[in-house]
Amino acid sequence: MTHARTPLWVDDHVVTNDPAVIDGLHHLIDELRGRGYRVVGPTLGDNAIVLDELAGADDLPYGWGVDVGPGTYRLRRREDKAAFGHSAGPQSWKQFVHPQRQQVWSSDADADGAEARQPQAFVGMRGCDLAALGVLDRVLAGGAHPDGSYTGRRDGAFIVSVNCTEPGGLCFCSSMGTGPSCGPGYDLALTERLEGDTVSYLVEVGSAAGAEVLAAIPHRLAEPSESRCAADEVAAAAEKMGRQMPDMDLRALLNDSRESPHWQVVADRCLTCGNCTMVCPTCFCTSVSDVTDLTGEHAERWMEWASCFELDFTFIHDGPVRTSGASRYRHWLTHKLSTWHDQFGSSGCVGCGRCIAWCPPGIDITEEMATLAALADGGDDD
Amino acid sequence: MMTETALRPPEPQTMAPVSYRVRSRTVENADSVTLCLEPVSAALTPPAPGEFNMLYAFGVGEVAISVSGDRSCADGTITHTIRSVGAVSAALCAAEPGSTIGVRGPFGTTWGLAEAAGRDLVIVAGGVGLAPLRPVVLGALADRDRYGHVVLIAGSRAQRDFLYAGELADWQTDPRLEVHLTVDVPIQGWAGETGFVTEPLRRLSLDPRRTTAFLCGPEAMMRFGAQALLEKGIAAEDIRVSLERNMQCGAGWCGHCQLGPLLLCRDGPVVGYDIARPLLEVGEL
Repeated sequence: MTHARTPLWVDDHVVTNDPAVIDGLHHLIDELRGRGYRVVGPTLGDNAIVLDELAGADDLPYGWGVDVGPGTYRLRRREDKAAFGHSAGPQSWKQFVHPQRQQVWSSDADADGAEARQPQAFVGMRGCDLAALGVLDRVLAGGAHPDGSYTGRRDGAFIVSVNCTEPGGLCFCSSMGTGPSCGPGYDLALTERLEGDTVSYLVEVGSAAGAEVLAAIPHRLAEPSESRCAADEVAAAAEKMGRQMPDMDLRALLNDSRESPHWQVVADRCLTCGNCTMVCPTCFCTSVSDVTDLTGEHAERWMEWASCFELDFTFIHDGPVRTSGASRYRHWLTHKLSTWHDQFGSSGCVGCGRCIAWCPPGIDITEEMATLAALADGGDDD
Repeated sequence: MMTETALRPPEPQTMAPVSYRVRSRTVENADSVTLCLEPVSAALTPPAPGEFNMLYAFGVGEVAISVSGDRSCADGTITHTIRSVGAVSAALCAAEPGSTIGVRGPFGTTWGLAEAAGRDLVIVAGGVGLAPLRPVVLGALADRDRYGHVVLIAGSRAQRDFLYAGELADWQTDPRLEVHLTVDVPIQGWAGETGFVTEPLRRLSLDPRRTTAFLCGPEAMMRFGAQALLEKGIAAEDIRVSLERNMQCGAGWCGHCQLGPLLLCRDGPVVGYDIARPLLEVGEL
């Protein structure tokens, strides 16, 4: 909402990028499917809002919201028919660009066997998750060795993001500068407008591909008042965040807290289960394993998600480097908020709150940072 | 929307090992061998001193091993010295001449020997840590006039455990090189020095303004060695150490090799001690 509008070109002519309004999502999703995209979005499954392939707009979780808290996630019925009236669920979009488990080499694959992949369209991505995708871009595609598996899934993905008007109880995207409005990187950005029983969507165009899709579906130009109301609702969401990070230099705080006794206090509660790393939309770590079949003649190499909370994550021949739970929690939190800047030029945290919801003992990243800040300021650990 | 690298060709081959044939296998001591590898068909970029390759024993797994060979060999071979400490390194150590292993790389940072031109060199190796430093010694000797005084201090458990025994004997009598060997356990008529590498290091008289030091060995050895050098007034940024952490991809994707702000496969393994010191001082970082 806050981004300057630049003209967009489609086939040599400038197209409008004024906000438009669409009355529902059927045409949009059908259009994307018609263009050959595998459309992925939120849907109801396993008593949660999960991300899965959508056959059509009817698969969206209309009228469902969620209540979240530390170690808690519950579906609830909404009064309205909002499709995006829920905060972050147990999955993030990383699974669609950075699969949980994939074969990266096989001894009898032909050398240039790059498989053709169906392009993906991600519908319903929040500002936090769009920022997370930008983080993954820098980690997996921005270095000297771009991960071809990642760029193959990521490049050409069509992104329909959704500005947030109703943050959840664990959200702190406004502290991290990633929301509630969606930053750059989307093709189309929606703002869901609820008026009584009717739902409409303000649509902003972020790319030529987005303009082309919008042009192909029924829409009308937004009234200035509609744009203004939508912008006000998104701006108001920034004031309704369930959590917030201490407003200070988090990098320096963590650099100075390496020897803090507080890590042990957190470790007394931390199960080192790795849930936080699995649900985090930016945690990218993987382990590589080499396997053979029973004959020993056919070998494969697999890469799968790993967690820095695993004891053997840092194994070298003497044993693991980070044996204590305290050192593993310190590593995760410090990487996320401090050393990520050194390694990849941004924070690794986007403020989605998933790590708080899915932590069995409900360890809260914002609370632990506040405690570290208080300790650094001379306060007492409780 | 596309990633910023969308126009670059994808690199699906980063994780694919390239076949190399074992041309020769030299048993160095009870647990280490040196393999000279030649490409079966396509060759990788020749590794520079300090860099490492991921070596793959077919079906068993991969480990990161620094290059130990002479870069002046322009025949496309790559030399690695491997110590058998686990299933993969044991399988690599057992690779017979004519057999094939997989190689990916090279990855990581170099020792920066060329930047030390005109300076005195102090090379300190503990155990198998001599392997990554061998190309530094060979590089300095190959271009001897570019450097001032060159000192090599190498330590090992016992005399029979030294790598490159023949070369070490030659280097000890080479007037272009000052060599100090020291062992932990003085058995079988060892006439040399007994003790840690820090002891001969402390006796050296060095000009701190023109000395560059290269250290590789157990982490504690590097910390004590670097401390001895700091006490002689050598600046931390003139002390270079080669660090070891779990490495699985080499390409900066897997996250295992982190040491604080460093991804050691990318920002290491060779790191200035000004950067390494505050990180190594923290336990379990």
